[in-house]
Amino acid sequence: MNNGKDNYALESKNVNFFYGSKQALENITMQIPEKKVTALIGPSGCGKSTYLRLFNRMNDLIAGTKVVGEVLVKNQDIYKNNVDLVELRQHVGMVFQKSNPFPKSIFDNVAYGPRAHGIKSKDQIAYIVERSLRQAALWEEVKDSLNKNATALSGGQQQRLCIARALAVEPDVLLMDEPASALDPIATQKIEELIMDLKQNYTIVIVTHSMQQAARVSDLTAFFYMGQLIEFGPTSKIFTNPSNTRTEDYITGKFG
Amino acid sequence: MRNFQFYKEKFIEFLLFGCAFLSVIATIGIALTLIVEAIAFFKIVSLKEFFTSSEWTPMFSEAKYGIAPLIAGTFLTTIIALLVAIPFGTIIAVFLSEYANKKFREAIKPVLEVLTAIPTVVFGYFALLFITPKLQVLLPDLPGFNVLSAGLVMGVMIIPYVSSLSEDAMQSVPNSLREGAYALGATKLRTAFTVIFPAALSGITSSYILAISRAVGETMIVAIAAGMQPNLTLNPTEPAQTITAYIVQVSMGDLPHGTIGYQTIFVAGLVLFIFTFLFNILGVYLRRRFREVY
Repeated sequence: MNNGKDNYALESKNVNFFYGSKQALENITMQIPEKKVTALIGPSGCGKSTYLRLFNRMNDLIAGTKVVGEVLVKNQDIYKNNVDLVELRQHVGMVFQKSNPFPKSIFDNVAYGPRAHGIKSKDQIAYIVERSLRQAALWEEVKDSLNKNATALSGGQQQRLCIARALAVEPDVLLMDEPASALDPIATQKIEELIMDLKQNYTIVIVTHSMQQAARVSDLTAFFYMGQLIEFGPTSKIFTNPSNTRTEDYITGKFG
Repeated sequence: MRNFQFYKEKFIEFLLFGCAFLSVIATIGIALTLIVEAIAFFKIVSLKEFFTSSEWTPMFSEAKYGIAPLIAGTFLTTIIALLVAIPFGTIIAVFLSEYANKKFREAIKPVLEVLTAIPTVVFGYFALLFITPKLQVLLPDLPGFNVLSAGLVMGVMIIPYVSSLSEDAMQSVPNSLREGAYALGATKLRTAFTVIFPAALSGITSSYILAISRAVGETMIVAIAAGMQPNLTLNPTEPAQTITAYIVQVSMGDLPHGTIGYQTIFVAGLVLFIFTFLFNILGVYLRRRFREVY
């Protein structure tokens, strides 16, 4: 994949998105590069989460939604008819705002994805579980209680478990929808450190309400406002020298 | 004015308490009646005969009082009914909750629930006059009264109890779990059976328990279609009598008050009461045991 500057992990071309008759995204064209952290910011209802959920077709679960335009993952339009959703979601993993561990053991949570993709060997599953938990910086805390119910973990641990669960299917892209918004500052810090670690190997797109968080973790930042992409560029530029006055107003806290 | 408000509140509180108390009183009253008559019964018939004799012939001159044939009949019809109701009900619930779109679900649910509105006596004649002849095509030796036909129809009758409650339970599983599974690339089927079903297990279990209680207590279908002949058998192609069917049969006769025959009704009733009571307790226990905190 690393054979030229035109290779983007994710791309959208003139994408419009509708909830019934309400348009949530207008003509979004954007290229998200590989192995970088891209933050999507903007006020509530600006469409940033909707945009994020385009890339693993999570919006499909909501009745009456419609996508117009091209959404590309690895240069393939994922809204074409012949797309295998199982395969797509193996490439593009997701971590949600509210941690959502299954009411199963810690082990079974992480093993869920690999099992769903047909891995049967017990040794291999155990290996993947350990590797994923280590990647999510959770292994040391849970290695002696893998059979404990995941819902008994703390909020921050649950969220790292969800990250481990997503990593277990070996995605290339990780979509994160406000992954730390429900966590305390220490748990948030751990998640952010984790994101910095993971970007060596993964393309990460993160929706966040916290501008400080976007500034801390991201390489690129996209500012959404009322369904439009207002500005997209290197995080340092967006936060120090935005070209658009609305971006500046939002970042400096004049609205939002 | 304040006083008036106060007494009004008190009065309403008393009224609500009274209503709640009434149902408790009714239950206790029923249990007491059953127990008093049963004690009288056991003064004449030994517990040993009751539990070990393999015949139930209270109306014969040489009467035998073994409850086993009635329990066998009840057990057998219940098992057959559950073999129909649990798989079908569960699959319908999974379909409605995880596959069907909202419009279809709201249209089909009331239709299914109409099944519970059909009087059971109609189901009974449906079993006797429609299902049994059809079964006789397949099984030529099948008698006109048989457990199989009654059990199958009873199972159909119970399907909505299972499907409706199980579907409610699955619907109340938070959507975030569904999204979590889909986001990992799980198919709908896998999500339904490995995430949603286990998460809803507490509600699903209670629907099964309700189905069991319903099947054990069902009267008209078995009285009409399974026959009136106490029969210690586990062969579904034979006629048999359930506890409930026996009670109907004897209550409709003109047994004098205080005779042993009269008391058998209460003993049978007590056995039935104990069964359903135990299932209810089991239901409460399982509901707690499998309750998931989301």
